[in-house]
Amino acid sequence: MSALIELHNIYKIYHMGDTEVHALDGITLQIQKGEFVAIVGQSGSGKSTAMNIIGCLDVPTSGTYRLNGVDVSTMKDDEQAEIRNKMLGFIFQQYNLLPKLNVQENVELSLLYAGVPAEERHARAQKALRRVGLLTKAKNMPNQLSGGQQQRVSIARALAGDPSVILADEPTGALDSRTSREVLSFLQELNREGNTIVLITHDNSIAVRAQRIVRLQDGRIIYDGPADDPKAVVQPSEAGEEAMA
Amino acid sequence: MGVGQNFRLAISSLMTSKVRAFLTMLGIIIGVAAVIVITGLGSGMQRMMNEQFEQLGANLIQVTVYGRGGGSRFVDTDDMYRLVEENPDYLTGVTPYIMTQTLVRSGTEEFDHTSVYGVSEDFSSMASAFGNTLQEGRFLQYLDVQRKQNVCVVGAYINETAFGGNALGQSISLSGTHYTIVGVLAPSGDVTEGSGNDVIYIPYTNACTINGTSETDLFMFTCPGEDTAAVAKQIIDDYLYSVYLSEDYYYTMTSAEMITMMNMMINIMMSVLIAIAAISLLVGGIGIMNIMLVSVSERTREIGIRKSLGAKRRDIRLQFVIEAGTTSAVGGVIGIVFGALVTGIASPILTGMMTGMGGTGSFNAAPTVGAVAIAFGVSVGIGVLFGYLPANKAAKLNPIDALRYE
Repeated sequence: MSALIELHNIYKIYHMGDTEVHALDGITLQIQKGEFVAIVGQSGSGKSTAMNIIGCLDVPTSGTYRLNGVDVSTMKDDEQAEIRNKMLGFIFQQYNLLPKLNVQENVELSLLYAGVPAEERHARAQKALRRVGLLTKAKNMPNQLSGGQQQRVSIARALAGDPSVILADEPTGALDSRTSREVLSFLQELNREGNTIVLITHDNSIAVRAQRIVRLQDGRIIYDGPADDPKAVVQPSEAGEEAMA
Repeated sequence: MGVGQNFRLAISSLMTSKVRAFLTMLGIIIGVAAVIVITGLGSGMQRMMNEQFEQLGANLIQVTVYGRGGGSRFVDTDDMYRLVEENPDYLTGVTPYIMTQTLVRSGTEEFDHTSVYGVSEDFSSMASAFGNTLQEGRFLQYLDVQRKQNVCVVGAYINETAFGGNALGQSISLSGTHYTIVGVLAPSGDVTEGSGNDVIYIPYTNACTINGTSETDLFMFTCPGEDTAAVAKQIIDDYLYSVYLSEDYYYTMTSAEMITMMNMMINIMMSVLIAIAAISLLVGGIGIMNIMLVSVSERTREIGIRKSLGAKRRDIRLQFVIEAGTTSAVGGVIGIVFGALVTGIASPILTGMMTGMGGTGSFNAAPTVGAVAIAFGVSVGIGVLFGYLPANKAAKLNPIDALRYE
C-alpha cells in the first residue's frame, strides 16, 4: 500500500531579484497513515515551505506530491481548496479562529464549505467540541476563552472535517509550558486513536513528543528517523549551539 | 454555502462600525431618498392634475383658431353652433371663449387685473372645469346672449372687494357700460387680485362688440362622454379642414389629450430629476466599492483562514458580494424611510402652495410602491455590482500570503 503522504524530489524555488532561493532543495519523504511526524528546523530551514506544500496551500516548483494517492502538486487554487477541505485539518500557532463567529460556528466552518447540511454540521461540530472538552463553551465567542481553550477549539475545528492528516504549525508557540504540555498530550492521544499528525516546529523539546522526526536544514532533510534516537535532536553542525533540551 | 451566515456576518460587521457603515451608505441613502421624494411628489402632482382634469370633465374639446390663413373664410360662432346642431350624438354644446380688454370699474374703483371673458350659455356646464361654481344667482342664459343683454357673472374677488359680498343685483361698469350682476361665483383657492377668482363672464355677443370683431380664436365644445370625444374631435377637425383647407390654422385637443400631455410633461420632468438622483446612486456605489476594498485588505487574514479551511474562490466572492449588497440594501431601506419622511413633510407645504396658485385638486404626495421596490432593488444591485470587484480581489488572494498577513 502506498504512503498517505508521498513527496518525491520536491523543489521550491523563489526568485529574489536576481538570486534564486531554494526553500526546498529536493525533498523526498513518505509518511504513512497513523504516523505522528515532527518536521523540525530552524527558521529558514524550509519547514514552513514544506508545511505549505504538504498542506496544499502552495505548489512545488518541481517534483510530485501525492496525498492519498492523488497527485496534488499541480493543482489549481480551487482544486487545492477542495483537497484542504476534505483531507487536511490545520492547527495554527495563532489559533486563527474567526473573532466574529462563536466557537461552534468556527468549528463548523470547514463543514460549511464542504456543503454539509446544517443538522449534520451541528452534530459533528458538537462531537468535535466534546472530544476537546469544550462543548459547554459552544456558544461563547473566541475572545472569551483562554489561549489553551482557543487552541483546543482550533483542534476541534481541524477534527470536525474528519481529515486524513492533521497539520499542526507551531501549535504551542503562543502557549505557556503547562498548556503546551496539555495540547501535546492531546495530539498524542489523537494519534493513538489513529489520526495521522504532522507537527511543524523549531523546538526540539516539542518535536520529541512525536514518533518520528524529520529535520530540515537549508531546504534538505538531514535526519529522518525515530524521535527517541539521540541523533534526532542533535546535529553535528549545531551541537555547540543547541544543547539537549 | 451558507448565504444566511454570510448575511448575518454582513449585518454584524455593519453593526461593529456604525459610523463607517453610515458614511459608506450615505451616497446610497441620499440617492434613494431623492428618488423616493421625486417620484412621490411627481405622482402626487400627476394625481392632482388628473383630479383637476376630471373636474374639467373628460368630455371637453378645446379648439384654437390661429387665423384665417390666406383664405377669405373664417369660422365664427354661428358655424360652430350649426356643427353642434348637426351632430347631436357627438356634440352637446359650444361656447366661444373671448378675452376682452375691458376697463372694469365699480364706483370710482378700477380693477386693472380683472379678466373679462365672453362666453355662451353653454359655458355654465363647463364652468366648474375652471374652478367656477355658482354661489348665488344664475348663469348667463340663451336670451342674454341672443339679445346682448348687459348682464354678467362675477367671481369671488369682485364680489368681496367691490361689493363686500353683496354683488348680486348690483351693477358694474365694463368699458363704460353698466352690467347687472346676475350671478356670483363661489371662491376657489386664493381670493386675490389677478387670481382665478378675479374674473367676470359676459355674453360673448357683448364681448364681440367690445372687441369690435366677431372673429373668435378659442372655442370649447362638450361631447356626451369620454368615449365619444375622439369622434367629436374628428367631426370638428373635418369641418375646420373644409373651411381652412390646411391643418396649420387650427388646433383641437380633447381633455383626454390634455391629460396625456400634462402627464407626459410631468414624466419628462421626473425622468430628468431621477437621472440626477441616479448620479448620487452611482457615487454611492463607488463609495461602497472603496470601503469594500479597505475591508478586504483589513480582513486578509480572515480570508486566509477561510481558504485554509477549504473556502473556494466563489465562497469568498459570495461572502463579500453579500456584504456589499447588504450594506447598500440597508442604505436603501434607510433612504426609503428618509425619503418617505421628506415626502410626508413636503406634501402639506406644497399643497398650500398649489392651492395658493389657484389649483383645485388636492395635492397628496406619497411614495409609490413601485418606486420603493425599484429603489430597493437598485440599491441592492449597486451593492452587488460595485462589491464584485473587491470581492473578486479577495477571492484571488493567495492563501499563504493571506494567512501570514499581519
